[in-house]
Order: sequence, then C-alpha cells, then structure tokens
Amino acid sequence: MIPKIRAHGLSFYYGAVRALDDISVEIPPNLVTAFIGPSGCGKSTFLRTLNRMNDIIAGTRVEGRVLIDEADIYGPGVDVVALRRRVGMVFQKSNPFPKSIFDNVAYGLRVNDMAGSRPELAGRVEASLRQAALWDEVKDRLHESALALSGGQQQRLCIARALAVRPEILLMDEPASALDPIATQRIEELVYELKKSYTIVIVTHNMQQAARVSDYTAFFWLGRLAEYGRTDKIFTNPAEKLTEDYVTGRFG
Amino acid sequence: MDKTVRHFQEELELVLARLLEMGGLAEARVRDAVQGLVSRDPALIAKVMRGDEPLNRLHIEIDERSVRLLALHQPMATDLRAIVAAVKINTDLERVGDLAVNIAEAAERYASHPPVKKLIDIPHMGQVAQAMLRDALDAFVRRDTRLAQQVLDEDDTLDGLKTQVFRELLTYMLQDPSTVEPALDLVLVSRHLERIGDHATNIAEDVIFMVSAQDVRHHTAGGS
Repeated sequence: MIPKIRAHGLSFYYGAVRALDDISVEIPPNLVTAFIGPSGCGKSTFLRTLNRMNDIIAGTRVEGRVLIDEADIYGPGVDVVALRRRVGMVFQKSNPFPKSIFDNVAYGLRVNDMAGSRPELAGRVEASLRQAALWDEVKDRLHESALALSGGQQQRLCIARALAVRPEILLMDEPASALDPIATQRIEELVYELKKSYTIVIVTHNMQQAARVSDYTAFFWLGRLAEYGRTDKIFTNPAEKLTEDYVTGRFG
Repeated sequence: MDKTVRHFQEELELVLARLLEMGGLAEARVRDAVQGLVSRDPALIAKVMRGDEPLNRLHIEIDERSVRLLALHQPMATDLRAIVAAVKINTDLERVGDLAVNIAEAAERYASHPPVKKLIDIPHMGQVAQAMLRDALDAFVRRDTRLAQQVLDEDDTLDGLKTQVFRELLTYMLQDPSTVEPALDLVLVSRHLERIGDHATNIAEDVIFMVSAQDVRHHTAGGS
C-alpha cells in the first residue's frame, strides 16, 4: 500500500524550542489515523504540519520532509492555498461563519472559483451536507443563520464546509472535545463513514475515542513518536512500555 | 440518532453470528459421535475424532473479536454483558466439541467388542443434550429467558438418565465380567453427554445474565 502521507525526519521549532523531534510516519489512504498523547506532546503541531497550517505562526521552522502522494509539500513552488484545498481541516471549536447554513458550505466553493452554476452549487452544498450527516436536520432552514445550530450541528456544518471543496485528506483537531456524548457519537460514526472517501487524521485527547474510530494510532510523547501501529495492537498489546503505561492510565 | 447504526453493533452482531455457527458445529459433532456409537460406523467415528479444527478456529476468532470489541469500544450495560456472555459461551461450546471427540474415542473402543446391549437410553441422552444445546443457543439469539429457564429444568432429565444408564450397565457387568470394558465405555459416554448438558446449562445461565442481569448460577436467588 502506498501511503497517502509520508513524514520523513520531521522536526519542528517554535523559535528555539523544538516541538517535534525527528518524526517519521506513513499514513495509509482511506483509513483513520489517530494521534494521541498528553498535552504538549506535539500531536496537534504535527497535524498542522500536514497542511502547513503552522506557516502562519511567526518564528517557526520545519526540518525534514512531508510527502503527500510522494510530493514534498514543503518543496519549492508549492501552492499553499491549493495544498489546503486538498488537505481540509476541522478544529476543536466549531467556527461557522456568521452567515447562512447554505453560504457556510458554499463559501469555499465560491472563493476557490468552484461554484459553477446555481443548480451545480446547490447540488454540491446538498451533497456535502449529506456526507456530513446534517442534511435531514437543516434542509428546510438552509438560509437561516448557522449560528442558530447546536454545537454538534455546527461541528458537522464545519465538516460539510471542509468536504465541499472535495479534499483528499481531512485533518481533525479534537473535533468532538466540546460536544456532549450523543453529538460525539454522531461525529465518530461520521468519521467511520467518511474514511471510505477520504484519508482522515484525527487528534484526540480522548484515548477511548481513538480506540473507537481509528485504524492506526500514533502515540506522541515529548515531541517524539513513541509508538505507531494498528489501533487494536496499540490498545491490546502495545510494543512499548511507555505506550502501555499511557493507555492503561498509569502515567505520572 | 435512531437512523445511525453504530458500527460497534455491526461488529457485535458478527461475533454473535460466529457463535451460532460454532453452536451448530458443536451440535452436529455430538449427533455424529452418538450416531457413530450406535451404528458402529468407523467412518463417522473417525470424522468426529479428526474434525475439531473448524470449531477450534472459531473458538480463537470469537475470543479475539470479543477482546478487540472490549478494548476498542468500552461497551456498557447490555452490550458489555453480551460480550462477557459471548466469551463464556464460546468456552462452553469449545468444551462440547472436545466432549464429542471423547465420545467418539469411546465409540471406537466400544466397536471393538461385541455389543453389551441394544442402546436406547444413550441415544435418548444424546437427543436431550442436543436439544438443550439448540434451545440454549436459540434463547441466546432471541434473548428469551423463558426458553433459557426450560434448558435449566431439562438438565434434571439428563442427570436422571445418566443414573439409570449406570444402574442398568452395572447389572450387565455383575453378570458377565467380559462386558466390563465395553460397559465402562458406555458409562463414560453417558457421563460425557451429561457434561454436554451442563455446558448447555451454563449457556442458558449466561443468556439469563445477558438479558436480565440476573445471576442464576449456584442457585443465587435473583442476583443483585
């Protein structure tokens, strides 16, 4: 299997502070890969290197390489906007625009000049909302404000918005940590469905969530990749003592 | 909410389906072993003695799937009890398969002697044990505690038959010492069939626990 994403010897610095230390990992296509580890271990930083989201932070520096479909995304002449279209992102706090539900999903299509005709746009918006398992709940109120939706619905709207521009990879940074258990379960089931069409990388504080949704799990510790492997192996018989201590809650 | 089928449920259903498949195999092996004894059919006896592999494979697969579900999904309440029950039923069914082999081994030895008598109670015991297994698994699938309770009641029938078989064979052995060896094999077979009934009983108890969270083992009244 050719990996969708391949990081090779990746280190990352905030000024003089090394946040990631020589990370090498291969992320398979059309599966869910979870990054787990305690706060400050580097998992979110690493996630953001995968669509160069860290570029916008001043004083940061990347060493090593990140390849997507075997092409270096830090190479010369890479169009970062096009990269982020291919590698969509959903954040911890749902961040709908103060616009209608429809316009939120249509936004990315319009700014990327992908809107097409009016029926094409409407069709794309509907398809995205369906993929995000939100369509049935909002189809009669598409032109109402997105801010009137519940937290769980807002998060699924953000997923629909990310899917609208047809990315290949979806990065999710704690997508359910602000949601109640029922809304969380909906997001988790959605992730499970979406992997048929997308490569998904999810950062989560919640180990049980990683166990439930992911196929592969990477455990980060102090900026290093402590262990990476199949999720069932990591949670039933990890190779490293450190991982064992973390997944069994014997830490500290 | 009600529309989304949790993929956990799909995987749990798969474990339960594998368990039923295993139950069907175990039951067939008990039937073949007893039939082999009655008809003194070496081919049938050999088939039982050699054919434990599919059952053993399922035994391992069901345990692995169950552990994975426990580890990755942290099931609660009825889902948790279903997996715990599945693991225990899995062990019982594997033991039933082993007992079928034991019966076939006794049948093979028995067939090397002249018949002690016409076999009536032992085939009857075989039918009762198979029916108990079948009912216990039906109760499991249908989450039917009344059927499970029937299996528990049926166990006394099997125990009674075993005692009867032993008493009768004792008279043959006292009359003619040359029957001791084959008659002992028949006693062993009745003992194995009685044990199969005990495993069906365990399964029925697990069904009651899974459905109603009541522990009826060791005559604990009502559970907590």
